Amino acid sequence: MTFFIVTLIKIVIVFAVFMTTLAYLQWIERKVLAHIQSRTGPLRVGPHGLMQPLADVFKLLTKEDVFPPFVNRFFYLLAPFIAVCLALITISIVPFGPEIEVAGVRTYMQIGDVHVGILLVLAITAVSVYGVALAGWSSNNKYSLLGGLRSSAQMISYELPLSLAIVSPLLLANQLSFRAISDSQAGYYLGFIPRWNIFQAPFPQIFAFIIFLIAAFAETNRIPFDLPEAENELVAGFHTEYSSMKFACFFMAEYANIVNITCVATLLFLGAWHPLFPAPYSNWVAPLVLLLAALSCFAQAAQPRRKNDQYTFPLFGVVFLVLTAIFVVAALEIVPVLSTILLSIFWFLAKVGLLIFAFIWVRGTLPRFRYDQLMHFAWTFLFPVSLLNLLITGLLVALFPERI
Amino acid sequence: MDTVLFIIFAIVAIVAGFNVVLQRHPISSALSLVGVMGSLAVLYLLLGAEFMAMAQMIVYGGAVMVLFIFVIMLLNAGAEKPSSKAWFAQIAGLPLLLAFIATLGFLIYSALPGLRAVEFGSWTMGTAEEIGKLLFTQYLLPFEVISVLILIAILGAVVLALKEID
Repeated sequence: MTFFIVTLIKIVIVFAVFMTTLAYLQWIERKVLAHIQSRTGPLRVGPHGLMQPLADVFKLLTKEDVFPPFVNRFFYLLAPFIAVCLALITISIVPFGPEIEVAGVRTYMQIGDVHVGILLVLAITAVSVYGVALAGWSSNNKYSLLGGLRSSAQMISYELPLSLAIVSPLLLANQLSFRAISDSQAGYYLGFIPRWNIFQAPFPQIFAFIIFLIAAFAETNRIPFDLPEAENELVAGFHTEYSSMKFACFFMAEYANIVNITCVATLLFLGAWHPLFPAPYSNWVAPLVLLLAALSCFAQAAQPRRKNDQYTFPLFGVVFLVLTAIFVVAALEIVPVLSTILLSIFWFLAKVGLLIFAFIWVRGTLPRFRYDQLMHFAWTFLFPVSLLNLLITGLLVALFPERI
Repeated sequence: MDTVLFIIFAIVAIVAGFNVVLQRHPISSALSLVGVMGSLAVLYLLLGAEFMAMAQMIVYGGAVMVLFIFVIMLLNAGAEKPSSKAWFAQIAGLPLLLAFIATLGFLIYSALPGLRAVEFGSWTMGTAEEIGKLLFTQYLLPFEVISVLILIAILGAVVLALKEID
């Protein structure tokens, strides 16, 4: 019985946080892109534009739901459903921290640990092509069909380097479950080099990480590989004929996929929740970062560039100061459970956040590939390189079976 | 719980299987086949073959069926018209089918002596570790032969495609 209650609580927390993240991810993306292009981004709705996601959701909900007359009704409605459902599954097997004990109940900071976790993620990625492909086909529109075709070809091609890049950290960890993979990356070489898989002996997985990231861009249909929805070629690609909530489903699925793939990258290569350097010192990174954020907010407030800055920035500064105080308490380890929860979540979110920032950064700076370049790159460069990386890793793991 | 899940997904598998044959449009048939693959994966999972279940989803549900649908979409195949059946097929089709299934069932039942009821969760040899061990020790030769076979198939596809380009 306790198991059900604890799981239910965990599901509610993860679901609420995940949904809010998806809504705000779009705000963050618009902000970062705007600052890359010397603009300010959303500013009007709420303090510093923070209510923009809410306004967007409201807009999408109340828009007219256009139903084109010549679509294949069943598949047209099924496609966004498939896309969003499959995108929301992966987060349920992602571990955010170690085993904790709250009020006498021992539990993992994870909804469920699956033995074949990483294979489950691959299976979901493989099946989620149907959402895009069906949307393109059932819309009965040439642009949509081309978008769907491009997407299925691209996702099949890039799944190969993605899977091969995943295999090499699995060889090091000897396990398939996310929890076991994360646990195998705990500890430090010489007391300061973390045993994350990108630094792991005998063969650091830095190449596998880069291959994984490149393939992840293609799998999530992001720039520079966003050919399924290239707007200057295909209007909006596979979701041209979708409006209102059905469009919002695709939108949500896209951002959910970004979060999923960055979570998987963090778990496989960046040591999950394990900090960059050993414990008593790494505890202070979180308060330091938050304090810097608070100070920069106050510095901005001192020279307000817009009318609202005088009261929004001090408010953010105070919020960051409160967070700093909480993390100082966590860093001092006064309540051990609380520090474990907060610090592992901080490190996990920091890594995921950095990767997501990289995704947005790439979107702001790189141009789109041409279709033949895309395929050429996947099959003649990425695939052989990932095979080579796998061969070297396999050889070295076989030569040095004892972990250093 | 296991029995309930088994009944649900067995029904889904059978209905989807019939749907593959009954649907007029190739895309509907192909997606029904995906449904069969998916429910089979759940049945594998119920029996404890977790690696097989995931491999089923990745290889059949993902790669193979996506390729099917890709080809159907590329050829833009429309719905098929039901062709007029021969009188022999109309009269003898169903009885012959039933006779065939009965014979097949009898042969399987007599070839495998000592069949007993399945207990869900009692078999624990379906992990990736156990399958890997068996593949690289007891079944090494079939495994390698299949690899060579697949390599030949790939080379054949490349040769055929090159002929088309020239």
